[in-house]
Amino acid sequence: MLIGAFAGVVGSYLTGSVWGGLLVAIVSTVLFAAIFAYFTVTIKADQTVIGTAMNILAVGLTTTINRAMFGSSTVTQIDTFDNIAIPVLSKIPVIGPAFFSHAFPVYLAFILVPIFGFVLFRMNIGLKIRAVGENPRAADTMGIKVNFIRFMTVLFSGLMAGIAGAYLSMGKMSFFTENMTSGVGFMALAAVVFGNYKPAGIMWASIIFGASTALMYRLQAMNIGVSNYFLLMLPYVITIIALCGFRRRSNQPAASTVPYIKE
Amino acid sequence: MALLEMKHVTKRFGSVVANDDVSFSVERGEVHALLGENGAGKSTLMNILYGMYSQSEGEIFFNDEKIRISNPQKAIEAGIGMVHQHFMLINALTVIENVVLGYKGNKPVLDLKAAAEEFSKLAARYEMEIDPWEMIENLSVGQQQRVEILKALYRDAELLILDEPTAVLTPNEVENLHKMMVKLTSENKSVIFISHKMLEIMDMCDRCTVLRQGKVVAEGLPISEIESIDLLAELMVGKGVELVAEKPLATPGEPILSVKNLSYTDPQGIQRLKNISFDVRAGEIVGICGVDGNGQSELIRCITGLISKKEGTITICGADCSHASAREILNHSVAHIPEDRHKMGMIGKMTLTENSTLTHFCMPFFSKNGFMKWKRVDNYCSNICEKYNVKTPGTKETIEHLSGGNQQKLVVGRELSENPKLIIAVHPCRGLDVGATNFIQRCLIEARDKGAAVLMVSTELYEVMDMSDQIMPMFEGQIMGIIPQQEATREELGKLMSGVKDEKLQPA
Repeated sequence: MLIGAFAGVVGSYLTGSVWGGLLVAIVSTVLFAAIFAYFTVTIKADQTVIGTAMNILAVGLTTTINRAMFGSSTVTQIDTFDNIAIPVLSKIPVIGPAFFSHAFPVYLAFILVPIFGFVLFRMNIGLKIRAVGENPRAADTMGIKVNFIRFMTVLFSGLMAGIAGAYLSMGKMSFFTENMTSGVGFMALAAVVFGNYKPAGIMWASIIFGASTALMYRLQAMNIGVSNYFLLMLPYVITIIALCGFRRRSNQPAASTVPYIKE
Repeated sequence: MALLEMKHVTKRFGSVVANDDVSFSVERGEVHALLGENGAGKSTLMNILYGMYSQSEGEIFFNDEKIRISNPQKAIEAGIGMVHQHFMLINALTVIENVVLGYKGNKPVLDLKAAAEEFSKLAARYEMEIDPWEMIENLSVGQQQRVEILKALYRDAELLILDEPTAVLTPNEVENLHKMMVKLTSENKSVIFISHKMLEIMDMCDRCTVLRQGKVVAEGLPISEIESIDLLAELMVGKGVELVAEKPLATPGEPILSVKNLSYTDPQGIQRLKNISFDVRAGEIVGICGVDGNGQSELIRCITGLISKKEGTITICGADCSHASAREILNHSVAHIPEDRHKMGMIGKMTLTENSTLTHFCMPFFSKNGFMKWKRVDNYCSNICEKYNVKTPGTKETIEHLSGGNQQKLVVGRELSENPKLIIAVHPCRGLDVGATNFIQRCLIEARDKGAAVLMVSTELYEVMDMSDQIMPMFEGQIMGIIPQQEATREELGKLMSGVKDEKLQPA
């Protein structure tokens, strides 16, 4: 996401168009994901170790290139996502602007929920994806190319992270700051667990986490006399509580994070 | 011309030769047994045929055509289906999802309803009805096997490889499997039946090929020409072996273990054990038979202190152990050979020496003030290896590199070497070959003759009938009866194991 956020700004800066920015963001994150996939799927290194290393790398890489390109000042104006107001619906008082006037990636996120649900649970490719996550050996005996599918899903997650990052720097903000994701990618991971590995569940989990962030900003604005630092913790605390408290029977894929080594 | 011909197949793993110039052929419409001890190369050969491995040398002909099977997809396309010993099913998916997974005819958007209909028709044809919408994890092992078989038939397999299919089945389910195999062969399909159970092979197969240490010692032997199973055993092991462990009559003494009114309900609210009472006396073997999952595991976990929330009383050597911890129970001179050595009996990544002290590490002989006396442990481990015939390059070897039989011998040796008063042996010979099985059975009988009380659990009816002085069939958490060995018949036990209660028998 951080890579996406930064690359988006660079792309938008260089091409002068937010779409150019988005494209650069996606290409960068997919490449970055390819490195991750190479290490974890092909070489079968430990995902946690590689993941941590690549997170640290992303922070350093973006910071370094950012300073090299733009100095320590923030970037001059770049093209960003415009809010798209949905006709009629956005005119409804109060909820209109809140729900129906957002940038393109926000709508995309909601549209993708049922689409992913359909792909994962109704389509052939979805069955294969679930199979290689649950029991790669069994999938292998049924003639499925386990590593190919795993590689592709990692690349796809890179693509999605690219869009997410681009939205962060070109939708919510219009500039890149060092380590601007501040761990929301990990919250996305938490949302997947909390949403019980199902698209609709993940959507609700994300909404809860998002709401807690919004609550933080509101409380800050209201100046209720609690230290700012405690308020900043709020979304993360809520994430932890959510993960501990509402754990139902987990749908976690049995072979998630386990590399598949053919005998 | 034969349906399948494998010619001069050799497979090497590094310097180890797993299959050495193996040739054999399968005719259309026959059940061909592949017999051999563990490690004889049966599974390797079949994995080559199914494209999981590729052979180092040799040729495979299928349907009169030379084929090169580089991956399972190729095998499936050629018409070969395999039911692995450890099922290749995905527990979190439904039956029908498992069946269509990777199927060539799938459209991008799956039509599971149509597939389920077709599947049900197929299942009905072979009298193996199964609900296509059920999750695999909710099925019994026997049902899962049906799914595996149907999965292969759904892909129009002409040759079905069954890798030790009966190891997990009840006598009744074995009978059904047999019927299905007859049906298959009547449709001119062929079956390769891998097993090391000779009686079954005599019963269910047309011809057999015997492998020993990677080599064919008998090829395509017609079963009808085999006069006794001793011949098969000799081919398989290479020397005359005693199949049945000889033992003198038991002379039971005082009760060592007494279980009274034991009941247990698991956290999901399912009652696993229903009011169980029995005694095991010094110098006798009590064998529990039954299909996996009828409460045997729970019963053993209750007795060994691994389950604490239970009702009833458990007395070991006169002491009340109903609420004792596992360590307290072991301290009453109890030995526990657990059901799954990989999960409970040993730690794969540790050395033999370390594994040999897992149950005794806190004895003063082995440790003092928190420091281990590794020299003593090492000596102790060497003694076990010698006495119990554990074949290993050395005591510093990690145990996962040993074969299953040698691992189990170390576990058994460790548990029996301190002259326990009560031995709890769960599936002591599961997955072991004839030689190792025989050895471990003799160890248990020897321990009995020295005055130990032995409680044995096994799903192998033959094993329970051979070994036990008293036999207790279990069904759905109940003891269905306690039958002295001399009076037990296979039919009667089979009935009790499937819940049919005989009026003549006294309830336990």
